Amino acid sequence: MQPRFHAPETVEDLADLLLGYAQEGLPVEVRGLGSKLGYGRPVQTAAVVSTEKFDEITLYEPSELVLSAGSGTPLAKIEKLLDENGQQLAFEPFDLPPVLGGKPGEGSIGGVFATGLSGSRRVLSGAARDHILGVKAVNGRGEAFKAGGRVMKNVTGYDLSKLLTGSCGTLSVLTEITMKVLPKPEQSSTLLFFDVPEAAAIELLCKAMGSPFEVSGAAHLQPGLAAGLSDKPLRERAESVTALRVEGFEGAVRYRAAKLKQKFAAFSDLTELSGDRSRRFWSDIRQVRPLQSAGRPLWRISTAPSRAADLVAALRHTIDLKALYDWSGGQIWLETGATSDANAVELRRILADFGGYATLVRAEPGIRASADVFQPLEMRLMEITRALKASFDPAGILNPGRMYSGV
Amino acid sequence: MAHPAILQPDPAVMSRRDEILKQLKKRVPDTVFITDEEGRRTFETDALTAYRCMPLAVALPGSTEAVSAIMAYCWENDIKVVARGAGTSLSGGALPSEDSIVVCISRMNRMLKIDEDNRVAQVESGITNLAISQAVAPRGFFYAPDPSSQLACTLAGNIAMNSGGAHCLKYGVTVNNILGLKLVLVNGEVIELGGDYLDQPGYDLMGLMVGSEGQLAIVTEATVRIIKMPEIARPMLLGFPSSEAAGACVAAIIGAGIVPVAIEFMDKPAIHVCENFANAGYPLDVEAILIVEVEGSEEEVALLLERIAEIAEDHELQHKRISQSAEESAAIWKGRKSAFGAIGQLSDYFCMDGVIPLSRLPEALLRVAELCRAYGFDVANIFHAGDGNLHPLILYNANEEDELARAEACGAEILKVCVELGGCLTGEHGVGIEKRDLMPFQYTEADLVQMMRVKSVFDPDWQLNPAKVFPLSARELL
Repeated sequence: MQPRFHAPETVEDLADLLLGYAQEGLPVEVRGLGSKLGYGRPVQTAAVVSTEKFDEITLYEPSELVLSAGSGTPLAKIEKLLDENGQQLAFEPFDLPPVLGGKPGEGSIGGVFATGLSGSRRVLSGAARDHILGVKAVNGRGEAFKAGGRVMKNVTGYDLSKLLTGSCGTLSVLTEITMKVLPKPEQSSTLLFFDVPEAAAIELLCKAMGSPFEVSGAAHLQPGLAAGLSDKPLRERAESVTALRVEGFEGAVRYRAAKLKQKFAAFSDLTELSGDRSRRFWSDIRQVRPLQSAGRPLWRISTAPSRAADLVAALRHTIDLKALYDWSGGQIWLETGATSDANAVELRRILADFGGYATLVRAEPGIRASADVFQPLEMRLMEITRALKASFDPAGILNPGRMYSGV
Repeated sequence: MAHPAILQPDPAVMSRRDEILKQLKKRVPDTVFITDEEGRRTFETDALTAYRCMPLAVALPGSTEAVSAIMAYCWENDIKVVARGAGTSLSGGALPSEDSIVVCISRMNRMLKIDEDNRVAQVESGITNLAISQAVAPRGFFYAPDPSSQLACTLAGNIAMNSGGAHCLKYGVTVNNILGLKLVLVNGEVIELGGDYLDQPGYDLMGLMVGSEGQLAIVTEATVRIIKMPEIARPMLLGFPSSEAAGACVAAIIGAGIVPVAIEFMDKPAIHVCENFANAGYPLDVEAILIVEVEGSEEEVALLLERIAEIAEDHELQHKRISQSAEESAAIWKGRKSAFGAIGQLSDYFCMDGVIPLSRLPEALLRVAELCRAYGFDVANIFHAGDGNLHPLILYNANEEDELARAEACGAEILKVCVELGGCLTGEHGVGIEKRDLMPFQYTEADLVQMMRVKSVFDPDWQLNPAKVFPLSARELL
């Protein structure tokens, strides 16, 4: 049976709707534009509530670096407006839809913050949660509330905006989000080093991040992955690719790129991409374009960069995998062979020795229903998680089970 | 505004004081306890000295285990706990209650590990803010948040209040620079969040903990982001004939796509006091100055300063001086960072911490001036202009009867103006006890209730840092 579909037009309607479902104890699936439904554990409910009607940009003050928008506003609309004003979302929201079989750039701003996934610039400029200034939302009791505000600094009360970021709609339905925006860099330049062995490549990335040259992207693609890039000459390179990005005013970028070349002069097989070619390269990384084979599970691992190469080497003993490192090695995208649990148990067993956590970003719904998609939490943290869920949504009606069973 | 009420002490706890202290000393032998009146007096207030209250006793634990044992005992015996770092809170965040044990974390001040590859440092939370930067400086790194009190204030206090500082325009505030926390919960259980990697699985509990004013748990260790020092950082002084011109210049700089590391604003009264105190070379014939700092390579710094100066020329620029040496830069910053101390030598003051949208700056300054005039107080304005975080200092005389109460009333009116203009009550000092009763001006009942429910998840009986953040009557809404 098709679930009932609701797209309330006002916060009051949304609150009434949720109150009704809460009173009946009937769960609802919360979504924006539906571009990330394949992320998380599958939710089966009798009703769907979409924020698609909350689609207006309600405030934009470029000189104050602030923008507010309804949660259902398409990300593309926001990025277009920012671009016209020479600004951007500095955390470079991760482009999840193409990973899940959709189109690049799809989805709503609510989905961006509800999943809370950040792109390559996270290493320099922070994550999605670092750019959220305030939210308006309706909790699972049908109560409309706000947290934070519209100014750059705010420590008035607890920071519930951060708590809601990345909570996948399990705590509240976001209706409006206020975020920090930043100037778009005038120039972008990328140094590519070819055929650097994995461990040495991660070391290179770490050294670059520890330099004063403000590296805003630090990635490594295993041999063969360059074939999945959109840049034609790069597609022909079979070797591994190690990438460093610098951005900013023209002169500064030239200077920093030169300094980095000097610093890593020992690695002689290199090329420099600038302007649009550089931007296209990182737009590929933003959607892990080389790892978009449908049917193969995709994992996202966060660990300490210095342990990343050893971790992948350890995983490779028992798991068929391809790895793309971002965040100086601290974020590993891993495409693995298909197994009954997408290698969840084995992967987490090995990861436990290295520290960090793993999220199953892409897998068949059946696997996502049975395997732990999000990293299982230690018992006390799980209790806190359940209690927080109950404090927002005591009847457990919002996206139940999307992150964890019983949450 | 009268002094915010403090909760009546719990008679059951007060009458058992001797027994409680005996038991605590027995259960937590490696902790220093301060129980005599003389010793406790140091802890009866913080940097908001207008409020004082003697705690039951003070504990100075030396380890997470000791904090855990104290918390477990207090949990079993229904005793309130007030966490304290160095006691530099400007909002009364560390003010004890009569029936509380103060857990002062300042002895736990070790640097545990510096990890250059991953650009993190692991520390005990009682370490001072500046000590982190000093420890990593030989390797060319620093810890970015830099509150004015950084010489004394602890990281634990910075985490409790989500402290900022002059350089947070570029590098963010405390919450943006913390990767991991070790926490002791109200019942003594120890949990860890995050680590030496980015982000965390599940809900962003770290984002919730930072800025929770010691009301959800006590932080004993943290993993912080360290950042490579820029090649060159250079401040420039810009003087303007009016606060409005200076404010408009700030908006124009940011509008031009330049986000400097810091943009600090001082008005004429503040300039004169600071110049007198620090000989920073501030111009005395202008109404307002901006200290704008940029960083990068020599060429980049020169280019940015030139662009910023060009923008300032369009805003009635009266005075321009680019620092020519490390000494000159240090002097320029010394003037700014010693502002509170310098003003404190001349007068008692009440420091506000409201935030406004930058575009409302001229209006905000006008209304602050009007309010202070109406109440008969002088005011000096110092603030982080890039992010609209105002610090009006209301100058009053504590020896005059009623002056403090009137200064507080004036301050409350100023904060209400900040909220009315679209801003908030506090940008980096925290709500504490000082602004507790103003919360309903910024938040609706529903907003406050959701926050209080979250508090109850961690602290069901509201034993941690009592009578702060939420108006006393608000708990009845739960």
